[in-house]
Amino acid sequence: MNLKLKVWRQKNAQSEGKIVDYEAQNIPADASFLEMLDILNEQLQAKGEEPVVFDHDCREGICGACSLTINGIAHGPSATTTCQLYMRHFKDGQTIFIEPFRARAFPVVRDLMVNRSALDRIQRAGGFITARVGSAQDANSILVPKKDADRAMEAAACIQCGACVASCPNASAMLFVGAKVTHFASLPQGQPERQQRVLQMVRKMDEEGFGNCSNHYECEAVCPANIPISVIGQLNRDYPAALVKDSVV
Amino acid sequence: MSVLDSKIPAGPLEKKWEKHKFESKLINPANKRKYEVIIVGSGLAGASAAASLAELGFKVKCFCYQDSPRRAHSIAAQGGINAAKNYQNDGDSVFRLFYDTIKGGDFRAREANVYRLAEISANIIDQCVAQGVPFAREYGGLLANRSFGGAQVSRTFYARGQTGQQLLLGAYSSLNRQIALGNVEMFPRTEMLDLVIVDGHAKGIVTRDMVTGAVQTYAADCVVLASGGYGNVFYLSTNAKGCNVTATYRAHKKGAFFANPCYTQIHPTCIPVSGDYQSKLTLMSESLRNDGRVWAPKNKGEKRPPQQIPEAERDYFLERKYPSFGNLAPRDISSRSAKQVCDEGRGVGESGLGVYLDFEESIKRLGENTVRERYGNLFEIYEQITGDDAYKTPMRIFPAVHYTMGGLWVDYDLMSNVPGLFVLGEANFSDHGANRLGASALMQGLADGYFVIPSTIGNYLTHQLGKRPSVDHPEFKKAEADVRARTSRLLGIKGRRTVDSFHRELGLLMWDLCGMARSEKSLQRALSRIPSLREEFWQNVNVTGGNEELNQSLEKAGRVADFLEFGELMCLDALERKESCGGHFREEFQTPDGEALRNDQEFAHVAAWEYTGPNSKPVRHTEDLQFENVHLATRSYK
Repeated sequence: MNLKLKVWRQKNAQSEGKIVDYEAQNIPADASFLEMLDILNEQLQAKGEEPVVFDHDCREGICGACSLTINGIAHGPSATTTCQLYMRHFKDGQTIFIEPFRARAFPVVRDLMVNRSALDRIQRAGGFITARVGSAQDANSILVPKKDADRAMEAAACIQCGACVASCPNASAMLFVGAKVTHFASLPQGQPERQQRVLQMVRKMDEEGFGNCSNHYECEAVCPANIPISVIGQLNRDYPAALVKDSVV
Repeated sequence: MSVLDSKIPAGPLEKKWEKHKFESKLINPANKRKYEVIIVGSGLAGASAAASLAELGFKVKCFCYQDSPRRAHSIAAQGGINAAKNYQNDGDSVFRLFYDTIKGGDFRAREANVYRLAEISANIIDQCVAQGVPFAREYGGLLANRSFGGAQVSRTFYARGQTGQQLLLGAYSSLNRQIALGNVEMFPRTEMLDLVIVDGHAKGIVTRDMVTGAVQTYAADCVVLASGGYGNVFYLSTNAKGCNVTATYRAHKKGAFFANPCYTQIHPTCIPVSGDYQSKLTLMSESLRNDGRVWAPKNKGEKRPPQQIPEAERDYFLERKYPSFGNLAPRDISSRSAKQVCDEGRGVGESGLGVYLDFEESIKRLGENTVRERYGNLFEIYEQITGDDAYKTPMRIFPAVHYTMGGLWVDYDLMSNVPGLFVLGEANFSDHGANRLGASALMQGLADGYFVIPSTIGNYLTHQLGKRPSVDHPEFKKAEADVRARTSRLLGIKGRRTVDSFHRELGLLMWDLCGMARSEKSLQRALSRIPSLREEFWQNVNVTGGNEELNQSLEKAGRVADFLEFGELMCLDALERKESCGGHFREEFQTPDGEALRNDQEFAHVAAWEYTGPNSKPVRHTEDLQFENVHLATRSYK
């Protein structure tokens, strides 16, 4: 198939970007969206032009490196990562807008690549369980009901791609933070640091310039890891509870 | 006497590690903070090492090419992690895990290292659970297990089909905690381009900042490489696009011996190639073979869809050839069987390069819901890529390059022959012999990082207090200048072919001539073609853009240039190993029924290659493998 691409090009974080038109020709329907961009880049380089820069790595939907806003939707029309989006979802002759994930907390690095290190910093603020290496007790001495383990796993499946932020009109990271909070809050091991964790992560989230949730549910719709919106509910319960307990002590 | 001293502690097998830990040098807490450690890579091995060493008090600098340490390719491991917990009371033990791993590796791994791995395996599970890794549970709250290829016990712990992801997030969270405490300095989007040797010791690295292009040097008291495997020499593999051999190959060129580069693992269950635009191959976890049955049509050139092929005309070839292990035969054996079936013209799919993995029987037996619970996300991935629903029609699978058992040579302390250079995880050669069993890579990466290196690093560091050079040392200046010169050379060629076109050509060549089966003839051909391809690369590649900016074309070019040298070393190693073992199958050496034929008389050793300069043949050193606790036997899974 042949496609008309409108791609965001931006030299670096300081310069201004713009949409540039390209024609992608003879794209197989079984190619992935990133393979379509590979083909475009091979064509550009053959002409001595610089390839379009985009983040990608595992290309199997798990590392969370790929991003891209495709026709206005984070990760494009199917509820997967961009690397797992296949060209059979597009029509011959279609025009496709390809832009970076947009959020104040995700500055553009170059072209379609953005800096999502704010998400790492939020986790550094408290997204862990303190467990010294070498002193752990036997694993089966901590019993975890299957229901709780499943709930933790459901939340822990987050791939930190940032699509939730890019799709939110407020650029909120609450689905992401809610997922971390829910993962640890569902497990007995996560209880001792539960309050401190939620307070510190929310504080950092605000500092980094992410907005608040106002119930648009766009994040849940685009999340390739199927993180449910209920994790935001968990965050909204844990945060005020932690605030109250914190002020009492 | 061999120049390779493995430093395996004396004494009975089961006492070696305990004794060695006791005899290892300790560093007093006040002195620990005076040491700086560089770690390259942030996967299971690198992140766990960084977190553990920082927790002990060392000052750590950790480098990764990804934008976040959590994206290292360990994240993609699906099936699980082995541990000799014997929670299922099905006869497992440390010795059995040790034995299975030695046998699975076709008797080409060190007994002492493998025993230590089996011993530590149980602690890893404890550690991960304490960190909050959400392993699968039974209704009573106990940890669940499943069986995995090459084993007859259920010792694999898992977190859906995302075990690698959850284990890496555990290590990443520990790493984050140490970053927040100021004990680890993290350098994402930074690539190591050279190792710096001062007075024969590894004391630093040269890096390129992948955003600004800045070339920088960092000094430390020792350097730890945990930079993964070299599977991308084949271009198409299950590795992430960025995985590369550069860190280990650069270290090799600075004196570190590369051991057993010909040992590559071809994973039996991957989604087949669909076209020449394809950029990578996707693994379908081996755990699927617990409930899926592998088959091919009995008739050549069968064109009917699978549902219309009657039972009598199906060949469940693994169950037929290996009745006691059946669909759970080890990876090398399963892959080769699939290749044989396709070579006979019985392959399925458009290319004829594929066999079926069928869940019909399991769905009947367990119900679709149970199958969905066990493998749901894998079925989803399969449908996204192929457009087929595996609940209704069998998956099509074909072997693909997945893991590399070879790597830099290390001793029992995980130190290479270059003092001060430690190598962990897939980047070293140590524990898997000629074939790795399923669910053992995660085990090894975490064993090395959480438990081995923290105990052994002191043996080197204790003699190094105050010996850290400054980055103004001439060796640093020279290494930096070399990196700059090489980059300028790559950018200056301005030829007519893209970097990827060279990588694809090398990959095809390696797959055809040094892939699932090799012969003297094919290897000789490869050895004559690689140098000319390399020469063409240095004359005709077109690397766009400049150095002082983000330049993905330049990043790739540097990696491909290294693969073009490394591929030759692989073929040379494959040529010199005149036997078949594990993932290394030489067509000349097979039993009458097509099984790998080892030659223990001449090849029960590790081959470690020494770099001797450009256009000079590397020197092959050997380390004899002693088997005192298991009998060298022909592997049988029948």
